[in-house]
Amino acid sequence: MSQFQPFRLLLIALLAAFASVLVSLLSGSVELSFDDLIAYTVGDIPALQRQVLEDIRLPRTLAAFVTGAALALAGVLMQVLLRNPLADPYILGLSGGAAVGALASIMLGLGGWWLSGTAFVGALVSVGVVFGIASRSGRWSTTHLLLTGVVVSAGWGALINLMLSTSASASVQGMLFWLMGDLSQSRVGLMQIGILITGSALALRAARSLNVLVRGDLVAASLGVHVNGLRLSLFFGASLLTVIAVTTAGSVGFVGLVVPHMLRLTGARDHRLLIPFSLLAGGTFLVVADTLARTLLAPQQLPVGVITALIGVPSFIAILRSAPSR
Amino acid sequence: MTPLLTADNLLLCAGTRTLCSGLSLRVEQGQRWGLLGKNGAGKTSLLHTLAGLRTPREGTVLLDGTPLATLSPAQIAEVVGLLLQESVDALPSTVLETALLGRHPHTKNRLFDNAEDLAIAHEALRKLGIESLAQRAVNSLSGGERQRLALAMLLAQRPRLLLLDEPSNHLDLGFQTPLIHLLLSQASGNPEESIISSDSVSQGAAVIMATHDINLAARVCDNIVLMIGDGETLVGKAVDVLKEENLAKAYDCPIARVEHEGRTLFYPL
Repeated sequence: MSQFQPFRLLLIALLAAFASVLVSLLSGSVELSFDDLIAYTVGDIPALQRQVLEDIRLPRTLAAFVTGAALALAGVLMQVLLRNPLADPYILGLSGGAAVGALASIMLGLGGWWLSGTAFVGALVSVGVVFGIASRSGRWSTTHLLLTGVVVSAGWGALINLMLSTSASASVQGMLFWLMGDLSQSRVGLMQIGILITGSALALRAARSLNVLVRGDLVAASLGVHVNGLRLSLFFGASLLTVIAVTTAGSVGFVGLVVPHMLRLTGARDHRLLIPFSLLAGGTFLVVADTLARTLLAPQQLPVGVITALIGVPSFIAILRSAPSR
Repeated sequence: MTPLLTADNLLLCAGTRTLCSGLSLRVEQGQRWGLLGKNGAGKTSLLHTLAGLRTPREGTVLLDGTPLATLSPAQIAEVVGLLLQESVDALPSTVLETALLGRHPHTKNRLFDNAEDLAIAHEALRKLGIESLAQRAVNSLSGGERQRLALAMLLAQRPRLLLLDEPSNHLDLGFQTPLIHLLLSQASGNPEESIISSDSVSQGAAVIMATHDINLAARVCDNIVLMIGDGETLVGKAVDVLKEENLAKAYDCPIARVEHEGRTLFYPL
Protein backbone atom coordinates (compact mmCIF):
# COMPACT_ATOMS: atom_id res chain seq x y z
CA MET A 1 0.00 0.00 0.00
CA SER A 2 1.38 3.38 -0.96
CA GLN A 3 2.09 5.55 2.04
CA PHE A 4 0.31 8.89 2.19
CA GLN A 5 2.90 11.63 1.84
CA PRO A 6 1.64 14.95 3.17
CA PHE A 7 4.72 17.04 2.43
CA ARG A 8 4.98 15.92 -1.16
CA LEU A 9 1.30 16.68 -1.69
CA LEU A 10 1.68 20.05 0.00
CA LEU A 11 4.53 20.89 -2.36
CA ILE A 12 2.48 19.83 -5.38
CA ALA A 13 -0.44 21.96 -4.18
CA LEU A 14 1.85 24.97 -3.74
CA LEU A 15 3.33 24.54 -7.23
CA ALA A 16 -0.13 24.14 -8.73
CA ALA A 17 -1.30 27.32 -7.00
CA PHE A 18 1.71 29.20 -8.30
CA ALA A 19 1.25 27.87 -11.83
CA SER A 20 -2.46 28.74 -11.87
CA VAL A 21 -1.71 32.31 -10.84
CA LEU A 22 0.96 32.63 -13.56
CA VAL A 23 -1.37 31.29 -16.26
CA SER A 24 -4.13 33.59 -15.09
CA LEU A 25 -1.84 36.63 -15.24
CA LEU A 26 -0.63 35.73 -18.73
CA SER A 27 -4.05 34.97 -20.25
CA GLY A 28 -6.32 37.57 -21.79
CA SER A 29 -6.93 39.81 -24.75
CA VAL A 30 -3.81 41.93 -24.18
CA GLU A 31 -0.68 39.88 -24.83
CA LEU A 32 1.52 39.55 -21.78
CA SER A 33 4.59 37.36 -21.75
CA PHE A 34 6.53 35.78 -18.95
CA ASP A 35 9.31 38.27 -19.71
CA ASP A 36 6.83 41.11 -19.09
CA LEU A 37 6.16 39.68 -15.61
CA ILE A 38 9.87 39.55 -14.88
CA ALA A 39 10.19 43.10 -16.21
CA TYR A 40 7.29 44.16 -14.00
CA THR A 41 9.02 42.93 -10.86
CA VAL A 42 11.99 45.16 -11.64
CA GLY A 43 9.72 48.05 -12.62
CA ASP A 44 10.63 48.07 -16.29
CA ILE A 45 7.41 47.43 -18.25
CA PRO A 46 5.45 49.33 -20.95
CA ALA A 47 2.56 51.44 -19.65
CA LEU A 48 -0.24 49.44 -21.29
CA GLN A 49 1.03 46.14 -19.94
CA ARG A 50 1.55 47.67 -16.52
CA GLN A 51 -2.02 48.97 -16.48
CA VAL A 52 -3.51 45.64 -17.58
CA LEU A 53 -1.51 43.82 -14.94
CA GLU A 54 -2.06 46.22 -12.05
CA ASP A 55 -5.65 47.27 -12.69
CA ILE A 56 -7.17 44.16 -14.16
CA ARG A 57 -5.38 40.86 -13.92
CA LEU A 58 -3.64 41.00 -10.55
CA PRO A 59 -6.72 42.19 -8.62
CA ARG A 60 -8.99 39.73 -10.39
CA THR A 61 -6.63 36.79 -9.87
CA LEU A 62 -6.19 37.72 -6.24
CA ALA A 63 -9.98 37.98 -5.81
CA ALA A 64 -10.43 34.56 -7.41
CA PHE A 65 -7.80 32.95 -5.20
CA VAL A 66 -9.12 34.48 -1.97
CA THR A 67 -12.72 33.62 -2.83
CA GLY A 68 -11.85 30.03 -3.75
CA ALA A 69 -9.75 29.53 -0.64
CA ALA A 70 -12.43 31.02 1.61
CA LEU A 71 -15.15 28.84 0.07
CA ALA A 72 -13.10 25.65 0.37
CA LEU A 73 -12.24 26.36 4.01
CA ALA A 74 -15.86 27.29 4.78
CA GLY A 75 -16.90 23.99 3.17
CA VAL A 76 -14.51 22.01 5.39
CA LEU A 77 -15.78 23.76 8.52
CA MET A 78 -19.44 23.37 7.57
CA GLN A 79 -18.96 19.66 6.90
CA VAL A 80 -17.48 19.24 10.37
CA LEU A 81 -20.17 21.39 12.02
CA LEU A 82 -23.01 19.46 10.38
CA ARG A 83 -21.06 16.20 10.30
CA ASN A 84 -22.49 15.74 6.85
CA PRO A 85 -20.53 15.10 3.67
CA LEU A 86 -23.19 16.95 1.64
CA ALA A 87 -22.75 20.19 3.55
CA ASP A 88 -21.36 23.16 1.61
CA PRO A 89 -20.84 26.81 2.60
CA TYR A 90 -24.33 27.72 1.40
CA ILE A 91 -26.26 24.96 3.11
CA LEU A 92 -27.45 27.11 6.00
CA GLY A 93 -29.06 29.62 3.65
CA LEU A 94 -26.36 32.25 3.78
CA SER A 95 -25.99 32.61 0.00
CA GLY A 96 -29.77 32.93 -0.35
CA GLY A 97 -29.82 35.88 2.02
CA ALA A 98 -26.88 37.46 0.23
CA ALA A 99 -28.56 36.88 -3.13
CA VAL A 100 -31.77 38.59 -2.05
CA GLY A 101 -29.70 41.57 -0.90
CA ALA A 102 -27.68 41.71 -4.11
CA LEU A 103 -30.71 41.24 -6.36
CA ALA A 104 -32.50 44.06 -4.56
CA SER A 105 -29.58 46.34 -5.44
CA ILE A 106 -29.64 45.25 -9.06
CA MET A 107 -33.42 45.76 -9.21
CA LEU A 108 -33.03 49.28 -7.91
CA GLY A 109 -30.26 49.94 -10.41
CA LEU A 110 -27.60 50.32 -7.74
CA GLY A 111 -24.13 48.96 -8.44
CA GLY A 112 -20.63 48.84 -7.06
CA TRP A 113 -20.44 49.03 -3.29
CA TRP A 114 -24.21 48.87 -2.92
CA LEU A 115 -24.18 45.40 -4.43
CA SER A 116 -21.71 43.92 -1.98
CA GLY A 117 -23.13 46.02 0.87
CA THR A 118 -26.67 44.73 0.48
CA ALA A 119 -25.36 41.19 -0.12
CA PHE A 120 -23.43 41.49 3.13
CA VAL A 121 -26.53 42.64 5.02
CA GLY A 122 -28.63 39.86 3.46
CA ALA A 123 -26.05 37.25 4.47
CA LEU A 124 -25.92 38.56 8.05
CA VAL A 125 -29.72 38.50 8.29
CA SER A 126 -29.65 34.89 7.15
CA VAL A 127 -26.96 33.92 9.66
CA GLY A 128 -28.90 35.69 12.40
CA VAL A 129 -32.19 33.98 11.52
CA VAL A 130 -30.64 30.50 11.44
CA PHE A 131 -28.71 31.12 14.64
CA GLY A 132 -31.79 32.53 16.36
CA ILE A 133 -33.97 29.57 15.45
CA ALA A 134 -31.32 26.95 16.15
CA SER A 135 -30.30 28.34 19.54
CA ARG A 136 -33.79 29.27 20.73
CA SER A 137 -34.77 25.63 20.54
CA GLY A 138 -31.79 25.04 22.83
CA ARG A 139 -30.68 22.16 20.66
CA TRP A 140 -27.63 22.54 18.51
CA SER A 141 -28.13 19.07 17.12
CA THR A 142 -26.76 18.70 13.62
CA THR A 143 -30.11 17.55 12.24
CA HIS A 144 -31.94 20.49 13.75
CA LEU A 145 -29.39 22.98 12.45
CA LEU A 146 -29.41 21.38 9.00
CA LEU A 147 -33.20 21.43 8.78
CA THR A 148 -33.28 25.06 9.89
CA GLY A 149 -30.77 25.95 7.18
CA VAL A 150 -32.63 24.05 4.49
CA VAL A 151 -35.94 25.70 5.37
CA VAL A 152 -34.40 29.19 5.50
CA SER A 153 -32.73 28.51 2.11
CA ALA A 154 -36.07 27.52 0.66
CA GLY A 155 -37.57 30.78 1.89
CA TRP A 156 -34.79 32.82 0.28
CA GLY A 157 -35.19 30.75 -2.89
CA ALA A 158 -38.82 31.79 -3.16
CA LEU A 159 -37.87 35.46 -2.75
CA ILE A 160 -35.15 35.11 -5.41
CA ASN A 161 -37.61 33.61 -7.86
CA LEU A 162 -40.09 36.35 -7.10
CA MET A 163 -37.48 39.01 -7.81
CA LEU A 164 -36.30 37.30 -10.99
CA SER A 165 -39.80 36.93 -12.36
CA THR A 166 -40.87 40.49 -11.64
CA SER A 167 -37.68 42.31 -12.72
CA ALA A 168 -37.20 44.10 -16.00
CA SER A 169 -35.57 41.76 -18.48
CA ALA A 170 -32.60 44.12 -18.83
CA SER A 171 -31.52 43.51 -15.23
CA VAL A 172 -32.22 39.77 -15.19
CA GLN A 173 -28.95 38.88 -16.90
CA GLY A 174 -26.97 40.71 -14.21
CA MET A 175 -28.97 38.88 -11.57
CA LEU A 176 -28.28 35.50 -13.15
CA PHE A 177 -24.56 36.28 -13.33
CA TRP A 178 -24.58 37.15 -9.64
CA LEU A 179 -26.47 33.98 -8.77
CA MET A 180 -24.09 31.78 -10.71
CA GLY A 181 -21.02 33.56 -9.42
CA ASP A 182 -19.01 36.05 -11.41
CA LEU A 183 -15.60 37.56 -10.79
CA SER A 184 -15.51 40.19 -13.55
CA GLN A 185 -16.05 43.11 -11.16
CA SER A 186 -14.43 41.47 -8.14
CA ARG A 187 -11.81 43.07 -5.96
CA VAL A 188 -10.59 42.05 -2.55
CA GLY A 189 -9.00 44.33 -0.02
CA LEU A 190 -7.02 43.94 3.17
CA MET A 191 -10.20 43.15 5.10
CA GLN A 192 -11.02 40.04 3.09
CA ILE A 193 -7.43 38.84 3.06
CA GLY A 194 -7.14 39.51 6.78
CA ILE A 195 -10.29 37.53 7.54
CA LEU A 196 -9.09 34.64 5.41
CA ILE A 197 -5.66 34.51 7.06
CA THR A 198 -7.06 34.86 10.58
CA GLY A 199 -9.73 32.24 9.89
CA SER A 200 -7.16 29.82 8.46
CA ALA A 201 -4.83 30.25 11.41
CA LEU A 202 -7.63 29.69 13.94
CA ALA A 203 -8.93 26.68 12.01
CA LEU A 204 -5.45 25.16 11.89
CA ARG A 205 -5.08 25.75 15.63
CA ALA A 206 -8.32 23.85 16.21
CA ALA A 207 -7.54 21.14 13.61
CA ARG A 208 -6.95 18.37 16.15
CA SER A 209 -10.19 19.19 17.92
CA LEU A 210 -12.00 19.09 14.56
CA ASN A 211 -10.64 15.58 14.00
CA VAL A 212 -12.23 14.59 17.30
CA LEU A 213 -15.46 16.50 16.67
CA VAL A 214 -16.26 14.63 13.44
CA ARG A 215 -16.43 11.45 15.52
CA GLY A 216 -19.43 12.89 17.38
CA ASP A 217 -20.23 15.44 20.07
CA LEU A 218 -20.09 12.91 22.89
CA VAL A 219 -16.77 11.44 21.79
CA ALA A 220 -15.34 14.94 21.48
CA ALA A 221 -16.64 16.00 24.90
CA SER A 222 -15.27 12.86 26.54
CA LEU A 223 -11.88 13.59 24.99
CA GLY A 224 -11.80 17.07 26.49
CA VAL A 225 -13.12 19.26 23.67
CA HIS A 226 -15.33 22.26 24.53
CA VAL A 227 -18.00 21.06 22.11
CA ASN A 228 -20.45 23.95 22.31
CA GLY A 229 -17.79 26.62 22.05
CA LEU A 230 -16.11 24.90 19.14
CA ARG A 231 -19.38 24.40 17.24
CA LEU A 232 -20.35 28.05 17.75
CA SER A 233 -16.93 29.11 16.43
CA LEU A 234 -17.38 26.83 13.44
CA PHE A 235 -20.78 28.29 12.71
CA PHE A 236 -19.62 31.89 12.83
CA GLY A 237 -16.22 31.23 11.26
CA ALA A 238 -17.66 29.36 8.29
CA SER A 239 -20.35 32.02 7.93
CA LEU A 240 -17.86 34.89 7.92
CA LEU A 241 -15.67 33.16 5.32
CA THR A 242 -18.70 32.53 3.15
CA VAL A 243 -19.80 36.14 3.53
CA ILE A 244 -16.48 37.45 2.19
CA ALA A 245 -16.73 34.98 -0.71
CA VAL A 246 -20.30 35.81 -1.75
CA THR A 247 -19.85 39.55 -1.37
CA THR A 248 -16.79 39.29 -3.62
CA ALA A 249 -18.02 36.98 -6.33
CA GLY A 250 -21.67 36.08 -5.84
CA SER A 251 -22.65 32.53 -5.05
CA VAL A 252 -19.99 30.54 -6.87
CA GLY A 253 -21.11 26.97 -6.54
CA PHE A 254 -19.25 23.73 -6.22
CA VAL A 255 -15.90 24.90 -4.80
CA GLY A 256 -16.93 24.56 -1.17
CA LEU A 257 -18.52 21.17 -1.68
CA VAL A 258 -16.16 19.48 -4.08
CA VAL A 259 -12.69 20.68 -3.11
CA PRO A 260 -12.79 19.34 0.47
CA HIS A 261 -14.16 16.03 -0.77
CA MET A 262 -11.61 15.60 -3.51
CA LEU A 263 -8.89 16.11 -0.92
CA ARG A 264 -10.53 13.75 1.56
CA LEU A 265 -10.70 11.11 -1.16
CA THR A 266 -7.02 11.53 -1.97
CA GLY A 267 -6.17 10.82 1.66
CA ALA A 268 -6.13 14.18 3.47
CA ARG A 269 -8.79 13.32 6.02
CA ASP A 270 -6.83 14.74 8.92
CA HIS A 271 -7.82 18.39 9.34
CA ARG A 272 -4.24 19.41 10.06
CA LEU A 273 -3.62 18.59 6.38
CA LEU A 274 -7.09 19.16 4.98
CA ILE A 275 -7.20 22.82 6.02
CA PRO A 276 -4.00 23.99 4.25
CA PHE A 277 -4.75 21.75 1.25
CA SER A 278 -8.25 23.12 0.93
CA LEU A 279 -7.01 26.70 1.01
CA LEU A 280 -4.48 26.04 -1.77
CA ALA A 281 -6.69 23.78 -3.85
CA GLY A 282 -9.78 25.99 -3.50
CA GLY A 283 -7.83 29.07 -4.53
CA THR A 284 -6.17 27.27 -7.45
CA PHE A 285 -9.46 25.78 -8.61
CA LEU A 286 -11.21 29.14 -8.78
CA VAL A 287 -8.25 30.90 -10.44
CA VAL A 288 -8.22 28.23 -13.17
CA ALA A 289 -12.00 28.34 -13.55
CA ASP A 290 -11.99 32.13 -13.81
CA THR A 291 -9.18 32.11 -16.37
CA LEU A 292 -11.24 29.74 -18.50
CA ALA A 293 -14.41 31.79 -17.90
CA ARG A 294 -12.82 34.89 -19.43
CA THR A 295 -10.84 33.22 -22.23
CA LEU A 296 -12.94 30.32 -23.56
CA LEU A 297 -15.42 32.44 -25.50
CA ALA A 298 -13.50 35.74 -25.36
CA PRO A 299 -14.45 38.51 -25.58
CA GLN A 300 -17.65 37.03 -24.13
CA GLN A 301 -17.27 36.41 -20.36
CA LEU A 302 -18.91 33.38 -18.81
CA PRO A 303 -20.14 33.21 -15.21
CA VAL A 304 -17.35 31.45 -13.29
CA GLY A 305 -19.90 29.32 -11.42
CA VAL A 306 -20.75 27.55 -14.66
CA ILE A 307 -17.11 26.69 -15.23
CA THR A 308 -16.55 25.43 -11.68
CA ALA A 309 -19.37 22.96 -12.18
CA LEU A 310 -18.23 22.00 -15.67
CA ILE A 311 -14.70 21.19 -14.45
CA GLY A 312 -15.80 20.03 -11.02
CA VAL A 313 -18.29 17.37 -12.02
CA PRO A 314 -16.06 15.26 -14.29
CA SER A 315 -12.96 15.57 -12.10
CA PHE A 316 -14.94 14.64 -9.01
CA ILE A 317 -16.37 11.59 -10.75
CA ALA A 318 -12.85 10.61 -11.89
CA ILE A 319 -11.49 10.84 -8.35
CA LEU A 320 -14.49 9.02 -6.93
CA ARG A 321 -13.90 6.14 -9.37
CA SER A 322 -10.17 5.92 -8.79
CA ALA A 323 -10.35 6.25 -4.99
CA PRO A 324 -9.37 2.98 -3.35
CA SER A 325 -12.42 1.38 -1.78
CA ARG A 326 -10.60 0.00 1.19
CA MET B 1 -6.71 8.48 50.82
CA THR B 2 -9.06 10.41 48.53
CA PRO B 3 -11.14 8.03 46.46
CA LEU B 4 -10.74 8.30 42.69
CA LEU B 5 -14.41 9.04 42.17
CA THR B 6 -17.10 9.96 44.66
CA ALA B 7 -20.75 10.41 43.78
CA ASP B 8 -22.74 12.06 46.50
CA ASN B 9 -26.52 11.93 46.72
CA LEU B 10 -27.15 11.95 42.96
CA LEU B 11 -30.60 12.63 41.54
CA LEU B 12 -30.92 11.88 37.84
CA CYS B 13 -34.08 12.38 35.83
CA ALA B 14 -35.13 11.78 32.26
CA GLY B 15 -38.15 13.93 31.51
CA THR B 16 -40.57 13.21 34.33
CA ARG B 17 -38.98 9.85 35.15
CA THR B 18 -36.59 9.51 38.08
CA LEU B 19 -33.64 7.33 37.11
CA CYS B 20 -31.91 7.31 40.46
CA SER B 21 -32.20 9.33 43.61
CA GLY B 22 -29.92 9.62 46.60
CA LEU B 23 -27.27 7.53 44.86
CA SER B 24 -23.84 7.65 46.50
CA LEU B 25 -20.71 5.79 45.42
CA ARG B 26 -17.05 5.67 46.41
CA VAL B 27 -14.91 4.23 43.66
CA GLU B 28 -11.33 3.42 44.66
CA GLN B 29 -8.45 2.70 42.33
CA GLY B 30 -8.30 -0.94 41.34
CA GLN B 31 -12.03 -1.51 41.82
CA ARG B 32 -14.30 -2.95 39.16
CA TRP B 33 -17.88 -1.78 39.24
CA GLY B 34 -20.81 -3.19 37.29
CA LEU B 35 -23.84 -1.11 36.41
CA LEU B 36 -26.92 -3.25 35.88
CA GLY B 37 -30.57 -2.53 35.11
CA LYS B 38 -33.25 -2.89 32.51
CA ASN B 39 -33.28 -1.07 29.18
CA GLY B 40 -33.96 2.59 29.90
CA ALA B 41 -33.16 2.23 33.60
CA GLY B 42 -30.53 4.97 33.29
CA LYS B 43 -27.22 3.11 33.03
CA THR B 44 -25.95 5.29 30.21
CA SER B 45 -27.21 8.50 31.84
CA LEU B 46 -25.40 7.59 35.03
CA LEU B 47 -22.16 6.85 33.15
CA HIS B 48 -22.40 10.16 31.28
CA THR B 49 -22.97 11.97 34.56
CA LEU B 50 -19.90 10.34 36.09
CA ALA B 51 -17.94 11.41 32.98
CA GLY B 52 -19.09 15.01 33.40
CA LEU B 53 -21.09 15.06 30.15
CA ARG B 54 -24.36 15.53 31.98
CA THR B 55 -25.20 17.58 35.04
CA PRO B 56 -27.13 15.77 37.77
CA ARG B 57 -30.42 17.35 38.91
CA GLU B 58 -29.04 17.17 42.46
CA GLY B 59 -25.85 15.98 44.08
CA THR B 60 -22.18 16.20 43.15
CA VAL B 61 -19.52 14.05 41.55
CA LEU B 62 -15.96 14.43 42.81
CA LEU B 63 -12.93 13.35 40.83
CA ASP B 64 -9.85 12.94 43.04
CA GLY B 65 -11.76 15.03 45.57
CA THR B 66 -12.49 17.91 43.18
CA PRO B 67 -16.06 18.60 41.97
CA LEU B 68 -16.43 17.73 38.27
CA ALA B 69 -18.28 20.99 37.69
CA THR B 70 -15.14 22.97 38.51
CA LEU B 71 -12.92 20.99 36.10
CA SER B 72 -12.56 21.74 32.39
CA PRO B 73 -13.42 19.01 29.86
CA ALA B 74 -9.70 18.73 29.11
CA GLN B 75 -8.81 18.19 32.77
CA ILE B 76 -11.48 15.50 33.12
CA ALA B 77 -10.34 13.77 29.92
CA GLU B 78 -6.83 13.34 31.30
CA VAL B 79 -8.25 11.06 33.99
CA VAL B 80 -11.58 9.71 32.75
CA GLY B 81 -12.13 7.68 29.57
CA LEU B 82 -15.57 6.82 28.27
CA LEU B 83 -16.54 4.05 25.88
CA LEU B 84 -19.72 5.07 24.09
CA GLN B 85 -22.33 2.74 22.67
CA GLU B 86 -22.68 4.39 19.29
CA SER B 87 -20.09 5.70 16.87
CA VAL B 88 -20.36 8.28 14.09
CA ASP B 89 -18.48 7.92 10.84
CA ALA B 90 -19.94 10.40 8.41
CA LEU B 91 -16.48 11.59 7.39
CA PRO B 92 -14.44 8.46 7.97
CA SER B 93 -10.74 8.30 8.79
CA THR B 94 -8.44 5.31 9.13
CA VAL B 95 -8.23 2.92 12.06
CA LEU B 96 -4.84 4.25 13.17
CA GLU B 97 -5.96 7.90 12.91
CA THR B 98 -8.99 7.05 15.02
CA ALA B 99 -6.97 5.25 17.69
CA LEU B 100 -4.65 8.27 17.81
CA LEU B 101 -7.61 10.48 18.73
CA GLY B 102 -7.46 8.80 22.13
CA ARG B 103 -4.23 10.72 22.75
CA HIS B 104 -6.06 14.05 22.27
CA PRO B 105 -6.25 15.00 25.98
CA HIS B 106 -2.51 14.46 26.41
CA THR B 107 -1.19 16.01 23.21
CA LYS B 108 0.43 19.38 23.57
CA ASN B 109 1.62 19.98 20.01
CA ARG B 110 -1.26 21.24 17.89
CA LEU B 111 0.15 20.15 14.55
CA PHE B 112 2.52 17.22 14.79
CA ASP B 113 2.19 13.76 16.24
CA ASN B 114 5.04 12.54 18.36
CA ALA B 115 6.54 9.08 18.22
CA GLU B 116 5.34 8.19 21.72
CA ASP B 117 1.69 8.84 20.87
CA LEU B 118 2.02 6.76 17.70
CA ALA B 119 3.61 3.94 19.66
CA ILE B 120 0.82 4.04 22.25
CA ALA B 121 -1.85 3.96 19.52
CA HIS B 122 -0.17 1.01 17.77
CA GLU B 123 0.15 -0.79 21.09
CA ALA B 124 -3.57 -0.27 21.79
CA LEU B 125 -4.49 -1.64 18.36
CA ARG B 126 -2.24 -4.64 18.99
CA LYS B 127 -3.88 -5.32 22.38
CA LEU B 128 -7.26 -5.39 20.68
CA GLY B 129 -6.00 -7.59 17.85
CA ILE B 130 -6.69 -5.10 15.07
CA GLU B 131 -3.20 -3.81 14.28
CA SER B 132 -3.40 -5.37 10.81
CA LEU B 133 -6.36 -3.07 10.06
CA ALA B 134 -4.40 0.10 10.89
CA GLN B 135 -4.69 1.65 7.41
CA ARG B 136 -8.28 0.58 6.76
CA ALA B 137 -11.08 3.15 6.58
CA VAL B 138 -13.30 3.06 9.67
CA ASN B 139 -16.50 2.75 7.62
CA SER B 140 -15.27 -0.51 6.08
CA LEU B 141 -15.09 -2.25 9.47
CA SER B 142 -17.59 -4.73 10.87
CA GLY B 143 -19.54 -3.96 14.04
CA GLY B 144 -17.19 -6.04 16.18
CA GLU B 145 -14.10 -4.45 14.65
CA ARG B 146 -15.53 -1.00 15.34
CA GLN B 147 -16.12 -1.97 18.95
CA ARG B 148 -12.53 -3.14 19.23
CA LEU B 149 -11.39 0.13 17.70
CA ALA B 150 -13.45 2.13 20.19
CA LEU B 151 -11.81 0.13 22.99
CA ALA B 152 -8.36 0.73 21.46
CA MET B 153 -9.04 4.47 21.37
CA LEU B 154 -10.01 4.30 25.04
CA LEU B 155 -6.85 2.39 25.98
CA ALA B 156 -4.73 4.85 24.00
CA GLN B 157 -6.21 7.58 26.20
CA ARG B 158 -4.76 5.75 29.25
CA PRO B 159 -7.41 6.93 31.66
CA ARG B 160 -7.28 6.13 35.38
CA LEU B 161 -11.04 5.71 35.39
CA LEU B 162 -12.60 3.68 32.59
CA LEU B 163 -16.33 4.15 32.07
CA LEU B 164 -17.60 1.48 29.70
CA ASP B 165 -21.03 1.43 28.13
CA GLU B 166 -21.76 -2.14 27.01
CA PRO B 167 -18.13 -3.07 26.33
CA SER B 168 -19.04 -6.54 25.05
CA ASN B 169 -21.44 -5.19 22.38
CA HIS B 170 -20.88 -6.80 18.96
CA LEU B 171 -17.98 -8.88 20.28
CA ASP B 172 -18.09 -12.60 19.71
CA LEU B 173 -17.86 -14.97 22.65
CA GLY B 174 -14.31 -15.96 21.78
CA PHE B 175 -13.07 -12.40 22.18
CA GLN B 176 -15.10 -11.59 25.29
CA THR B 177 -12.74 -13.54 27.55
CA PRO B 178 -9.53 -11.85 26.28
CA LEU B 179 -11.32 -8.52 26.50
CA ILE B 180 -12.30 -9.15 30.08
CA HIS B 181 -8.74 -10.10 30.94
CA LEU B 182 -7.52 -6.94 29.26
CA LEU B 183 -9.95 -4.80 31.22
CA LEU B 184 -9.22 -6.64 34.46
CA SER B 185 -5.52 -6.02 33.92
CA GLN B 186 -6.23 -2.30 33.78
CA ALA B 187 -7.76 -2.54 37.23
CA SER B 188 -5.28 -4.95 38.78
CA GLY B 189 -2.35 -2.86 37.63
CA ASN B 190 -0.47 -5.86 36.33
CA PRO B 191 2.45 -4.28 34.47
CA GLU B 192 2.72 -7.27 32.11
CA GLU B 193 -0.76 -6.81 30.78
CA SER B 194 -1.61 -3.26 31.57
CA ILE B 195 -1.01 -0.42 29.15
CA ILE B 196 -1.94 2.19 31.69
CA SER B 197 0.95 4.59 32.25
CA SER B 198 3.55 3.41 34.71
CA ASP B 199 2.76 5.77 37.59
CA SER B 200 -0.80 4.53 37.85
CA VAL B 201 0.11 0.89 37.34
CA SER B 202 1.04 0.46 40.96
CA GLN B 203 -2.46 1.56 41.94
CA GLY B 204 -4.43 0.20 38.98
CA ALA B 205 -7.22 2.00 37.22
CA ALA B 206 -10.84 1.77 38.24
CA VAL B 207 -13.41 0.35 35.84
CA ILE B 208 -17.14 1.06 35.84
CA MET B 209 -19.07 -0.81 33.20
CA ALA B 210 -22.70 -0.67 32.25
CA THR B 211 -23.89 -3.96 30.84
CA HIS B 212 -27.07 -5.91 30.24
CA ASP B 213 -25.11 -9.13 30.77
CA ILE B 214 -25.58 -10.11 34.42
CA ASN B 215 -23.18 -13.03 34.08
CA LEU B 216 -20.42 -10.83 32.70
CA ALA B 217 -20.86 -8.48 35.65
CA ALA B 218 -20.96 -11.39 38.10
CA ARG B 219 -17.74 -12.74 36.69
CA VAL B 220 -15.79 -9.52 36.48
CA CYS B 221 -17.06 -6.97 38.98
CA ASP B 222 -16.39 -6.68 42.68
CA ASN B 223 -19.02 -3.97 43.21
CA ILE B 224 -22.45 -3.53 41.65
CA VAL B 225 -24.92 -0.68 41.16
CA LEU B 226 -28.30 -2.23 40.39
CA MET B 227 -30.82 0.25 39.01
CA ILE B 228 -34.22 -1.06 39.91
CA GLY B 229 -36.45 1.66 38.47
CA ASP B 230 -38.44 4.50 40.02
CA GLY B 231 -35.19 5.97 41.28
CA GLU B 232 -34.37 3.04 43.51
CA THR B 233 -30.83 1.65 43.39
CA LEU B 234 -28.90 -1.03 45.21
CA VAL B 235 -25.21 -0.38 45.73
CA GLY B 236 -22.72 -2.76 47.27
CA LYS B 237 -20.44 -5.75 46.99
CA ALA B 238 -21.29 -8.03 44.07
CA VAL B 239 -22.04 -10.98 46.33
CA ASP B 240 -24.54 -8.93 48.33
CA VAL B 241 -26.34 -7.27 45.43
CA LEU B 242 -26.43 -10.10 42.88
CA LYS B 243 -29.21 -12.12 44.48
CA GLU B 244 -32.17 -13.70 42.73
CA GLU B 245 -34.75 -11.54 44.47
CA ASN B 246 -32.93 -8.25 43.71
CA LEU B 247 -32.43 -9.17 40.06
CA ALA B 248 -36.02 -10.35 39.71
CA LYS B 249 -37.19 -6.98 40.98
CA ALA B 250 -34.84 -5.02 38.70
CA TYR B 251 -35.55 -7.03 35.56
CA ASP B 252 -39.23 -7.69 36.23
CA CYS B 253 -38.96 -11.40 35.71
CA PRO B 254 -38.08 -14.39 37.89
CA ILE B 255 -34.35 -15.15 37.79
CA ALA B 256 -32.58 -18.25 39.04
CA ARG B 257 -28.90 -18.97 39.69
CA VAL B 258 -26.66 -21.97 39.32
CA GLU B 259 -23.15 -22.59 40.49
CA HIS B 260 -20.94 -24.37 38.00
CA GLU B 261 -17.20 -24.98 38.19
CA GLY B 262 -16.76 -22.16 40.64
CA ARG B 263 -18.79 -19.67 38.59
CA THR B 264 -22.18 -18.21 39.30
CA LEU B 265 -24.61 -18.04 36.41
CA PHE B 266 -27.98 -16.32 36.35
CA TYR B 267 -30.76 -17.15 33.94
CA PRO B 268 -34.36 -16.02 33.48
CA LEU B 269 -37.09 -18.52 34.27
